[in-house]
Amino acid sequence: MTLDTMTLDATTRAPGRRRALIAAVGVAAIALPFLVNNYVLSVVTLALYLAYVGQAWNVMMGFAGQLSLGHSLYVGLGAYASAGLFFHYGIGPWLGVWVAILLCAAVGAFMGVLAFRLRISGVQLSLLTVAFAELARIGFDHIGWLGGPGGLFLRVADRGRVDLLGFRGPPALYYYAALALTAGALGLCALLLRRRAGFYWRAIREDEVAAESLGINVFRWKMKAVILSAAMTAIAGVFFAFYYNSLFPEQIFSFGRSIEIVLGPVVGGVGTLFGPIVGAGALVLLGDGTTEVMNRLGFDVPGVKQVIHGVLLLVITIYLPNGVWPPLARALGFGPKRI
Amino acid sequence: MPAVSDLANAAVSGVLTGTVYGLMALGLSAIFGVIRLVNFAHGELMTVAMYTAVVAFQRLALDPFVTMLGAAVAFGALGYALQRGFIGRFIRRPEHAQMLLMIALAMIIGNALLLGFGPDARNVQTDYQLDSFAWGALLLDKVRVYAAGAAVLATALLAAFFRLTLTGKAIRACADNPLGARVAGLPVAHLYAVTFGLGAASVAVAGCAMVPLIDVTPGLGPGFTLLAFVIVILGGLGSMVGALLGGVIIGLSEALAGVLIAPSAKSMVSFGLLVVILLARPQGLMGAGRR
Repeated sequence: MTLDTMTLDATTRAPGRRRALIAAVGVAAIALPFLVNNYVLSVVTLALYLAYVGQAWNVMMGFAGQLSLGHSLYVGLGAYASAGLFFHYGIGPWLGVWVAILLCAAVGAFMGVLAFRLRISGVQLSLLTVAFAELARIGFDHIGWLGGPGGLFLRVADRGRVDLLGFRGPPALYYYAALALTAGALGLCALLLRRRAGFYWRAIREDEVAAESLGINVFRWKMKAVILSAAMTAIAGVFFAFYYNSLFPEQIFSFGRSIEIVLGPVVGGVGTLFGPIVGAGALVLLGDGTTEVMNRLGFDVPGVKQVIHGVLLLVITIYLPNGVWPPLARALGFGPKRI
Repeated sequence: MPAVSDLANAAVSGVLTGTVYGLMALGLSAIFGVIRLVNFAHGELMTVAMYTAVVAFQRLALDPFVTMLGAAVAFGALGYALQRGFIGRFIRRPEHAQMLLMIALAMIIGNALLLGFGPDARNVQTDYQLDSFAWGALLLDKVRVYAAGAAVLATALLAAFFRLTLTGKAIRACADNPLGARVAGLPVAHLYAVTFGLGAASVAVAGCAMVPLIDVTPGLGPGFTLLAFVIVILGGLGSMVGALLGGVIIGLSEALAGVLIAPSAKSMVSFGLLVVILLARPQGLMGAGRR
């Protein structure tokens, strides 16, 4: 094969193959609820949920280079905002989600202003995000109106009836919602990366001083990344509240949950478009898969899933610092991907 | 409003516990100050030390304050090996990659403890557990006084090591300027490993001193890690006095918040302090300006 035909191959065949693969995945995703049982569907829903939150986190870290280790803050705030409105006033999630988004965007903006105006970065910034999540965890324990440490419970959905307005219904409804969120976030991120925002963010991620010297308003664009990331995560919180129906401050705001959000994109590839999705899939497959196999074999040991996640994270950070997606993309013939 | 004597008792026991916090944070501070490694597995090391003391007590009937000595040596060796053989290879990776590496280690250690010991709380019941020294209206728990004594002694030894010995001075040279230290012919990899070993040994002493004060569960790790970060940032990175001072401030404020507000509000105060310090004085109370 000569050089010419090789280049021709790479440029003409790759887009077709990519389109075909995306179409196949899309059809399979839509058909899935008709093919598998509810357990498998719930596992896939969890993977999609993690893929979506991972995508949201990725906007802040992967694109703009600001490491948040406290993203459970926005999941929790979003969840409690919408669940509280529903519990006390019967205001449904379609309205509640906007309240959640506004609240999280405001909190994200507040933290962003504090951190970026005072030029806090690196470890200090990460610790600030952790501190805010921890403050929320302890604070919500003292809000009796939202159940405090005892938890806030929503009426469990009638699984037989589809109630789109109240976001209540069979598992397939939540699956499709998670699918739509993940696809929507993917589309939005793909679009942003091609526009000015993507280029500015990546410039800031690579070298803040250089970006500033090129005339990029670093403060403004970092703020945009944080606010967008917080707002996207808020929607995940609303989904969480209405899918799981029970909220505890100790769980939803915990440091462990923040790490869980980070894991997917790190395993898949920080800053890549498909990384969060691939990573979340791998984590759920390995973690919950092993737990399920062990349960079937009669072992019920807590902690196994987390050990597996830890080992996976360790192996990935050591051997594939850019995540599994970039090499996987090349293997699938997507060509070298600009990150 | 609680009685003055209650407040005074809470304050004193808070200060005593705070010295143990300070020693734990000192380990983190040394590791960060010298190696520039953000040790997110610090709390898990602390938890392992606590389990070591519990197991030594249950199996060998060893007092935690005796276990402390052996644990310090063992953790020192372990820390040296861990840094030399494993973590040192990733020293040139970007900061966030190192953080994730340590988070992965923390997840593995914490959950391995859960697998090994189960979720139930464990503790040590020495025969002087409930004794106390009376001093006027003040009642000082014996275990707390011993724990604080051990912590202050260990801190003093560590400070003397860094100030007076040649190795200590060499390590400080590495912290000031790693490239310069390398140019001057200092064995940087070895010195980094010694630092990590000393950090781990501090944690071992702190963990053994902490066992008589609180019950240990596998899930304590992240809380300790965060607490250590709060203290280190409060006191100033790399400052020994700062770490001890930060520990005492946190111990005191937690104890007072526990009495004055609510026991559950304890850590609220420390995280609130962290936010204020990060924003108002990111270099900490005793730290020099960065760079």
